[in-house]
Amino acid sequence: MTATPLGRHLPDRLTTRTNRLIRSWELLLLAIAVAIFIFNAMASPYFLNVWNLSDATFNFTEKAMIAFAMALLIVAGEIDLSVAAIIALASTAMGWALQFGVGTPGLVGIGLGTGLLCGAFNGILVTRLGLPSIVVTIGTMSLFRGISYIVLGDQAYRGYPDSFAWFGQGYIWWVFTVEIAIFSMLAVAFGILLHRTNFGRAVYAIGNNPTAALFSGIRVTRVKFILFLLTGLMSGLAAVCLTSRLGSTRPSIGLGMELEVVTMVVLGGVNILGGSGTIPGVVIAAFVMGLVTFGLGLLNVPGIVMSIFIGALLIGVIALPRLFAMVRK
Amino acid sequence: MTDVPILALDNITKTFPGVVALDKVRLALYPGQVTALIGENGAGKSTVVKTLTGIYQPDGGQILVNGTPVHFATAHDAAEAGITAIHQETVLFDEMTVAENIFIGHAPRTRFGLIDMARTTRDAKALLESIGAPLRPDTKLRDLGIASKHLVAIARALSIDACVVIMDEPTAALSQKEIEELYALVDHLKAQGKAILFISHKFDEIFRIADRYTVFRDGQFVGDGMIADVDQDALVQMMVGRAVDQIFPPRTHTPGEELLKVVGYSHPTEFADVTFTLKQGEILGFYGLVGAGRSEFMQALFGITKPSKGVCRIDGKIIVIRSPADAIAAGIVYVPEDRGKQGAITAMPIFQNVALPSLGKTSRHGFLRMAEEFSLAREYTERLDLRATSLDQEVGNLSGGNQQKVVIAKWLATQPRVIILDEPTKGIDIGSKAAVHSFMAELAAAGLSVIMVSSEIPEVLGMSDRVIVMREGRMVAELEGTKLTPETLVRHAAGIEKAA
Repeated sequence: MTATPLGRHLPDRLTTRTNRLIRSWELLLLAIAVAIFIFNAMASPYFLNVWNLSDATFNFTEKAMIAFAMALLIVAGEIDLSVAAIIALASTAMGWALQFGVGTPGLVGIGLGTGLLCGAFNGILVTRLGLPSIVVTIGTMSLFRGISYIVLGDQAYRGYPDSFAWFGQGYIWWVFTVEIAIFSMLAVAFGILLHRTNFGRAVYAIGNNPTAALFSGIRVTRVKFILFLLTGLMSGLAAVCLTSRLGSTRPSIGLGMELEVVTMVVLGGVNILGGSGTIPGVVIAAFVMGLVTFGLGLLNVPGIVMSIFIGALLIGVIALPRLFAMVRK
Repeated sequence: MTDVPILALDNITKTFPGVVALDKVRLALYPGQVTALIGENGAGKSTVVKTLTGIYQPDGGQILVNGTPVHFATAHDAAEAGITAIHQETVLFDEMTVAENIFIGHAPRTRFGLIDMARTTRDAKALLESIGAPLRPDTKLRDLGIASKHLVAIARALSIDACVVIMDEPTAALSQKEIEELYALVDHLKAQGKAILFISHKFDEIFRIADRYTVFRDGQFVGDGMIADVDQDALVQMMVGRAVDQIFPPRTHTPGEELLKVVGYSHPTEFADVTFTLKQGEILGFYGLVGAGRSEFMQALFGITKPSKGVCRIDGKIIVIRSPADAIAAGIVYVPEDRGKQGAITAMPIFQNVALPSLGKTSRHGFLRMAEEFSLAREYTERLDLRATSLDQEVGNLSGGNQQKVVIAKWLATQPRVIILDEPTKGIDIGSKAAVHSFMAELAAAGLSVIMVSSEIPEVLGMSDRVIVMREGRMVAELEGTKLTPETLVRHAAGIEKAA
């Protein structure tokens, strides 16, 4: 008896692309975004003003830059909680360099470079020493911001050159800011990286089963290290934009932003345990969070209450599909 | 013996996305009798166990306890009804004592509602004695071997006064002596009037202890009856739906030139001085007891762990293997023993699993080309007669045998020169085994060199051109031709000196 192939034909897929789209998390999230948009438009007469809307994008652009890289990191089963502290350290490094008359290109280089170095530091601790990333980055969160506090105390760096203000205050065309342009380009770039490249496939494989990924010839530690580098770099970029927009550096810059970034990623449908999630989801989540914050701001809701709303939104959106499944049973 | 089954499944159907796992099956268990559930991988045995223990709820049909329909909404309901299962890897708590494990969830209480430790220990001791288990109630479970853990699980089953005991391949990890002790215990349970469902792939076992049999195939009921009325061939035919005329394929092909040469591979703790050659188209068996260092050596050869010294040559050229990626590039691939953890990424679809190590080939400039992945996956999975609904199906939804096919397809797609198969047929049924064996022979005949790690003597003897025996991390013998007998294998593996 030989194992002659029976020629059993296997179809590629059973579900069509449209079918899967209809049942996707992203579509649900998009519906929520539209609902919030309509609600805001009815609740406040100032909402449907293009310049107000343009201003509102600052609520999420810097966070989203980090969230894209964080999404990949979380899909791969790791996390970086030091991103906001990296912003503080990168901003401090730029402000420090400013004292020696470094120009705009140099400042940007220093901001991005500091981010990369911080990412590399996290990456080495996680991949070389095999420490859990949540512990490592809680540690470096205090470390990076601590350095900022030592350097600055209760002082602030000011006096950034006018050309530096372009990143956080400039416009590309009409109402479109430089930041929203960077955001859009990054959204496309990260979308392609995660969904259309070998690297992205490796990220999913590692997040689903790091052992089997290793046994399949994927260079697991290298991929993870690159992801920490990318997250550091994006934090450096966010530091450039945020510092440029504020025009000054204080050690408390971006305080608590890491949780908003993680919230954005999880709201976007990325499994916090790794293995699944999409960049389009994170993009829509960024808009949802931006719209909620802006809408509540127009209604003069204080910041503390806003964070309650964001928290409730996160839990609500996560729990909704589960509830539906339970009710159907 | 009564005619009313204590537990019965009537026309039970269970479907998963794209798969009918159980299609109107029936099964009856009688008090004081052992019923063997027999079937190939994917026949639906595990699904039946999960349905009986309340983990899955059937989509159709009913479960009858003493003739009365019942519904198990949770695992707790099933336990209440007196159904208990002993799994391949027993689900117990390593950090607790034997007594705590036996009585967890229903420990005797003091009048203040606290756990009565003295009575727990006393009752546990009595239970263990009643089944002849030489265990102390205060031993931590992590200090026990698999066999002793089974005993604890059985004591636990008795403590909740279970009327149905399900044993899912209980002997898989046991030694011959421990297996005999388990048989004695099964007889003891029978004498107490318990109904036992015994799931096993080993026919000698089934004929040794079962009174009845039920056969499933592809999620359907095929037949049942008394063991006394059938023979092995008849059961095998029911299982596979065809006659298995020959267990091992004939090997007519002679190995070619020397391909792989390993010299002095050593590891600080696991193995030392492993030296051998492998010819093109040869099947080289690695035999030894569990823990002899065979898998550890193979994983070093595949780049998972680093050897402390040693040289590996392919075609006479030295190759340095620091990672699996290096090994794959050199044409060495490894099918691990643990499919679910190391072999396949179960949450990802079939085509992505198959293409994973071949992404360099299917992509262009680092960008994925899905169409290429699908055609690669189709080519190799169809050669292996994979049973799935589509190439987009998650590997986790396939049966164990089919998951193994996905892992093998994944490696063949890289067009390797050496394939290492670590216990390739462990835990799979006779039909699938024969398919894997004949496929292995085909691969060797086509010029692929095969290293097969196996602990099953018939498989080692039936498949290998040459066999290396390892013991305690060292090669102790290299056997071929007339020297290759069951006796010599066992002698060398166990370290018994030459026959007097």
